[in-house]
Amino acid sequence: MLKGMRRLISKVHKAKHEEQHEGQHYSLPLQDMKTIFPHGLPPRFVMQMKTFNEACLMVRKPALELLHHLKNTNFDHPAVRYVLYGEKGTGKTLSLCHIIHFCAKQDWLILHIPDGHLWVKNCQDLLQSTYNKQRFDQPLEASVWLKNFKTANERFLSQIKIQEKYVWNKRESVEKGSLLGEVVEQGITRVRNATDAVGIVLKELKRQSSLGIFRLLVAVDGVNALWGRTTLKREDKSPIAPEELALIYNLRKMVKNDWHGGAIVLTLSQTGSLFKPRRACLPQELLGKEGFDALDPFIPILVSNYNPKEFESCIQYYLENSWLQHEKAHTEEGKKELLFLSNANPGQLERLCAYL
Amino acid sequence: MAASCVSCCAALSCRLFLGGRVNLARRQVLWKAAAAELQTVFGSQILRLRHTTVVTTKKNVASLRCETYTVDFIKKQIEEFNLGKRHLANMMGEDPETFTQEDIDRAIAYLFPSGLFEKRARPIMKHPEQIFPKQKATQWGEDGRPFHFLFYTGKQSYYSLMHDAYGKLLNLEKHKNELQAKGLFSEEAKTKDLIGSRWLIKEELEEMLVEKLSDQDYAQFIRLLERLLTLQCGAAEKEFLQSFRRSVTIQSKKQLIEPVQYDEQGMAFSTSEGKRKSAKAEAVVYEHGSGRIKVNGIDYLLYFPVTQDREQLMFPFHFLDRLGKHDVTCTVSGGGRSAQAGAIRLAMARALCSFVTEEEVEWMRQAGLLTVDPRIRERKKPGQEGARRKFTWKKR
Repeated sequence: MLKGMRRLISKVHKAKHEEQHEGQHYSLPLQDMKTIFPHGLPPRFVMQMKTFNEACLMVRKPALELLHHLKNTNFDHPAVRYVLYGEKGTGKTLSLCHIIHFCAKQDWLILHIPDGHLWVKNCQDLLQSTYNKQRFDQPLEASVWLKNFKTANERFLSQIKIQEKYVWNKRESVEKGSLLGEVVEQGITRVRNATDAVGIVLKELKRQSSLGIFRLLVAVDGVNALWGRTTLKREDKSPIAPEELALIYNLRKMVKNDWHGGAIVLTLSQTGSLFKPRRACLPQELLGKEGFDALDPFIPILVSNYNPKEFESCIQYYLENSWLQHEKAHTEEGKKELLFLSNANPGQLERLCAYL
Repeated sequence: MAASCVSCCAALSCRLFLGGRVNLARRQVLWKAAAAELQTVFGSQILRLRHTTVVTTKKNVASLRCETYTVDFIKKQIEEFNLGKRHLANMMGEDPETFTQEDIDRAIAYLFPSGLFEKRARPIMKHPEQIFPKQKATQWGEDGRPFHFLFYTGKQSYYSLMHDAYGKLLNLEKHKNELQAKGLFSEEAKTKDLIGSRWLIKEELEEMLVEKLSDQDYAQFIRLLERLLTLQCGAAEKEFLQSFRRSVTIQSKKQLIEPVQYDEQGMAFSTSEGKRKSAKAEAVVYEHGSGRIKVNGIDYLLYFPVTQDREQLMFPFHFLDRLGKHDVTCTVSGGGRSAQAGAIRLAMARALCSFVTEEEVEWMRQAGLLTVDPRIRERKKPGQEGARRKFTWKKR
């Protein structure tokens, strides 16, 4: 047992996390979790949060690296793209959440898409877009996302003003100079226009972040969905390409680095991906040629399994919360067994410990 | 020689067909099929185990319910067998004088290759004593009086054996009393002969005595022998007792241990194979490592997403308490996920044998880590839907 592997409870800024904190847990206040993360946390983590009645994240190297980059970003340059990739269960989504929490504390505007794959599959109703006849709208997903966006960024919605006039239909329109909050409300109430509302929000935010009023963080989980295939079909059973979905089209524009004043953090995910082999985890494999070219200058960050220190720390955390009830869990042999069986993979370890 | 060949040919060629019954009465039937010389010569000796014939003996018709082979018949069979053995040796180009039973088996397997799965259904050529079950010769003479004085007990050989043994026991006790009276009696320990051997089992005893026994009879006999053991015996008694002991082979000495090999960097490693159902695996275990396992070039966590398979891989190391100490690289093919896991486990356990003490190898063998799992997918039978499942039974 290494000394000093206790949890470090810090209620202060994550800005203070240096490399020596690597491997230690810190807890986040639950109120924050509700505001910043209405969506986007992995479901097992949410269950764990509910059980332990606290949210604890481990500080790990990829996240620290990213934080370091973010602290030193030059906001006059175009937004830098960071791609988190790795094997299944290594902690990409949680690292993303770590980054988001940091940026939220630093008062950035968070544009968080919890899972790109949700927008390309299992969509119940597709409408032909009012704005552009070739594209398709997804009212349900768009409205859900708008609701969550509102919860996450309440205060910005009353500050940002749109700079163009948008006409919804014959009777309703939004004037130039009105608050972004209004657009969001319109999207939530009028579900038919929700996709267009999302498009407007994205366009405005992109335009205005370059002005320097606020910093924008675009965080997309499962970004490989944007360039893959969809399982959605038109009425005549012909498949739809991702470009024909309005949400995806707008999001692609967002992820292009032709704006400045913020950063783009992306995560690849094989778990929800369509038509990709199980063992694909590299950016080249998951994004495909098109996606890779579109994202081309990006900084890849590998998220790997726990190293021994982090593994110990995780086990300690579970032991402290009395999560491991088996007698052998305290012993060295038990730890070795767990290490072998999970091969230091965080996801596997969590699933294993659930039985103990 | 030629004449006997011809007679053999004429008389016994019908025996060859493997599916047929041996029927002595039909010996005289000439078989016109163009039998090769091979077949004609060996017709008599290539027999299946299942042959039931009714042979009428000259006397004792009343006692015959089951089949019996007369002594003459058995003698004739033995002669024919020896003759056939010499012919076979000639054919195979070997020396007839030194032609053993193993050579005969090999020759028959070569000359009559059989694809049957059941080993006992394949052609065999063995000494008639092993083929025909042992039978008692007639036990009473022409006047109807039995030869043996214990005939009317029903189990004459058993009771005569008990009688002899008890006689020996009494003699030994008398001898012991005489020695004690003279004061020359001395104790001896003689358990050395008994290690590594066991008493006859009931089936073996029945076979020896050619009569049926009950469990109580057998128990009584063993008790008598044990009593004999406790007394001091001379050489003749010891021989008598040894004839009833069978040796027990020790299993573990048969375990093959792979040699340790060394590769370029001087790392010690050992390779071995394992299989399960239809999966074959080959594992290379390095002596010093950190517990990483690569299967077909892929990390074992990705290759076996199911925890059960990884637990199987963990078993050998966990058993020997060497969880993080070895590196393994393995290749596996065939079978399903569970079979592949089992095959790799066997291969790893065998490879580990070379890094581990003899005692631990014995423990592993007893834990079942080194045994090939003999379970194979059972064949589907005709008339049933699967191996065991029958078609739906309809009452009408």
